[in-house]
Amino acid sequence: MVLVPTAYAPSSNNKTSSWRTTRPVIDYSKCTRCMICWKFCPDVAIGVTFGEKLDYPNERFSKLEAPFINYDYCKGCGICASECPFDAIDMVQESEM
Amino acid sequence: MRAINKNWSIMTGNEAVALATKLAGVKFVSAYPITPQTAIVEKIAEMVANEKMDAKFIEVESEHSAMASVMGSELAGVRSFTASSSHGILYMHEMLNWVAGMRLPILMAVVNRSIGPPWNIWADHSDTMTQRDTGWMQLYGESNQEAMDTIILGYKLAENKDILLPIMVMQDAFTLSHTSEPVEIRDEEKVREFVGEFNLPFKIDINKPMGYGSLMPPDGPFMELKMDMKKSMYSGVNKFIEITKEFNETFDANFPGPVEGFMMDDADYALITLGSISSTAKHVVRNLRNQGKKVGLLRILLYRPFPKDLVINYLRGLKGFGVVDRSSTYGPFGSLYMDVISSIYGKLDIPAANFIAGLGGRDVRVVDFEEMFMRIMEGEDGEIWINAGVK
Amino acid sequence: MPFSIPKEEYMMSGHTACAGCGATLAMRYVMKAMGENTVVTVPASCWAVIPGNYPNTALKVPFIYTPFASTGATISGIREALDEEGKEDYNVVGFAGDGGTADIGLQALSAAMERGHNVFYIMYDNEAYMNTGIQRSSSTPFGAWTTTTPVGKDRVYKRENKKVVADLMMAQKVPYVATASIAFPEDLIRKIQNAKKIKGPKFIQILSPCPPGWYFNAENTVKIARLAVETRIFPLYEYAEGKFVLYKNPNPLPVEKYLEIQGRFNHLSPEEIRTIQENVNRRWEELLEREKGKVIP
Repeated sequence: MVLVPTAYAPSSNNKTSSWRTTRPVIDYSKCTRCMICWKFCPDVAIGVTFGEKLDYPNERFSKLEAPFINYDYCKGCGICASECPFDAIDMVQESEM
Repeated sequence: MRAINKNWSIMTGNEAVALATKLAGVKFVSAYPITPQTAIVEKIAEMVANEKMDAKFIEVESEHSAMASVMGSELAGVRSFTASSSHGILYMHEMLNWVAGMRLPILMAVVNRSIGPPWNIWADHSDTMTQRDTGWMQLYGESNQEAMDTIILGYKLAENKDILLPIMVMQDAFTLSHTSEPVEIRDEEKVREFVGEFNLPFKIDINKPMGYGSLMPPDGPFMELKMDMKKSMYSGVNKFIEITKEFNETFDANFPGPVEGFMMDDADYALITLGSISSTAKHVVRNLRNQGKKVGLLRILLYRPFPKDLVINYLRGLKGFGVVDRSSTYGPFGSLYMDVISSIYGKLDIPAANFIAGLGGRDVRVVDFEEMFMRIMEGEDGEIWINAGVK
Repeated sequence: MPFSIPKEEYMMSGHTACAGCGATLAMRYVMKAMGENTVVTVPASCWAVIPGNYPNTALKVPFIYTPFASTGATISGIREALDEEGKEDYNVVGFAGDGGTADIGLQALSAAMERGHNVFYIMYDNEAYMNTGIQRSSSTPFGAWTTTTPVGKDRVYKRENKKVVADLMMAQKVPYVATASIAFPEDLIRKIQNAKKIKGPKFIQILSPCPPGWYFNAENTVKIARLAVETRIFPLYEYAEGKFVLYKNPNPLPVEKYLEIQGRFNHLSPEEIRTIQENVNRRWEELLEREKGKVIP
């Protein structure tokens, strides 16, 4: 069989965390689980988790799925923080982490 | 096509090619018209329209797109074909490299025609000579029978799992493309069996998603891929010999294989040619033999990969030879000459002349070949233009 | 949960797009709408490098790289061959930038649409040759700085208006034509779903802001895409089998709102901004006329 220029490995083998200078941090006490941050993430770095152990604005949000940030892939663009309607995401300098 | 008997017909080179694609089970054809190739795709379009050929035919807006679309269809796993000529070949240059690098066994019939300016629609090999380093194999035929047979042999060679490279199948403009000759039509069932099913090992499969041709840095296997292409291509010489043998047995034919030696056994002097002018050269060889001159002809069918060992074997023992280039290229000598000389370098030390002849469809006449033989017998070498100069 | 767009992801993390890349969002949404039975072809473009180096690939579907001019032709061949193989349910998608669409690929695009193959051609419009470092394309808007339309002593930034390929496609009577924005993914996805119902060629132009090319902070990608619609700089419309529908915002923002947060427009004089506003107003009127059924040349 000949050598063929076909690529087969998932790009998720490539971690892009080192690209980041600031990181988004979700304040779950303000997060209404609207998933707008998830919707607008260009790096597919925001996943969905069951939020029972997370803080919440009030009891009604306690059982809802919540966004979480996958810091292996987040490049720190800040779209999530910019688009969050509830100011629940802060961009924090990596040097301060 | 007028039938003489069951298997023989009088047909042009273009018709022979078109018919061969049907026999070989081509399923997708995409092309752009250009003289003198046009009749090939017209014939295919007609066969498809009349359900004599089970294939999809599309006419695209450029040769670049013709090659890009057959790239898509081959990747999808369908045996594909296109045809072009001259400026069309030049226009698809980028795509030629791309499909070869993708290892797609596409076949393209080329009706060899000159390159302008000035516009000239007649035969020479400048169009395909300028594409000799694109990763395509190149086969130059001499007759309409070969126009048909090289398509059939070509698919078998190209689709071999150890080769997987595209092939250009050449015939000379008008001399073959528009001239009728008797051609034995190969039996369709036998052809299908001979060529086999097309099964591209890496075809598009949603269950096995891959990137085809992705970015590769210097330390990626870039060089290794190019090395593998060269290795595969040069394994094609022996593979072509094997396939020729099988072809001749299957069809009771006498297809010559990568090279054809004509009266070479005890020759002292020989010419090396490509394409249809070889027929005239053979006529001259016969005449000179009748006059007691020990001359011969070596015709190269398979130009890429260049069958260097076969060529060396034929040239060993000669007192002189000449290489006829029917193309305008701008290296120190003609392309075929340089390939021959670099192949024999350090192995044979024989005076050799490079004849440039027949550009833009100018006839290469009996007297021209006589002159060439005379000059190599006189020990001339260097580049000599034949039947050209201020008139 | 309020998932307003499909949850499935067909674009993977770890790709090498710049932070805040609009073209990446465009692909993510397009793939969500297309689903797994899809074959994507990209020409030379940002998306030819976004998947990353060999052996990586960023989509969970076959992904074919083709030379710059050939997207339209390559998808034509793939489509016809897949149909020949009985795989008529596959979506065949060309995904090309504005250079590969409005400039070098226009001939192959126009021809593929004319031949009527059952394909999608997605133009992700970042308004310049971004992958090679921000050179002018015919889709670059009037007044924009690029590296080949620099702002020097003679202020030779782009002096010509944007060529809107979607308008050309409507002129060609392509069965489905739409413009979309990464700021409105629900609309974008709905349009692809509408397009899927049409067996024939489909063309969708997606405005995809580029932080390094347009000179804005990466966090503003979505915001700028939204402003492009809200200022009517980039109107959203849908043209399906001859019927034209314009997305209307009754209270448009002035174009300054869009221009002022992008470094590529920094040099514009108030008079030039007025010209842009007038052009935007005129085009809007033309689109309204078109919606009323009057054919605009």
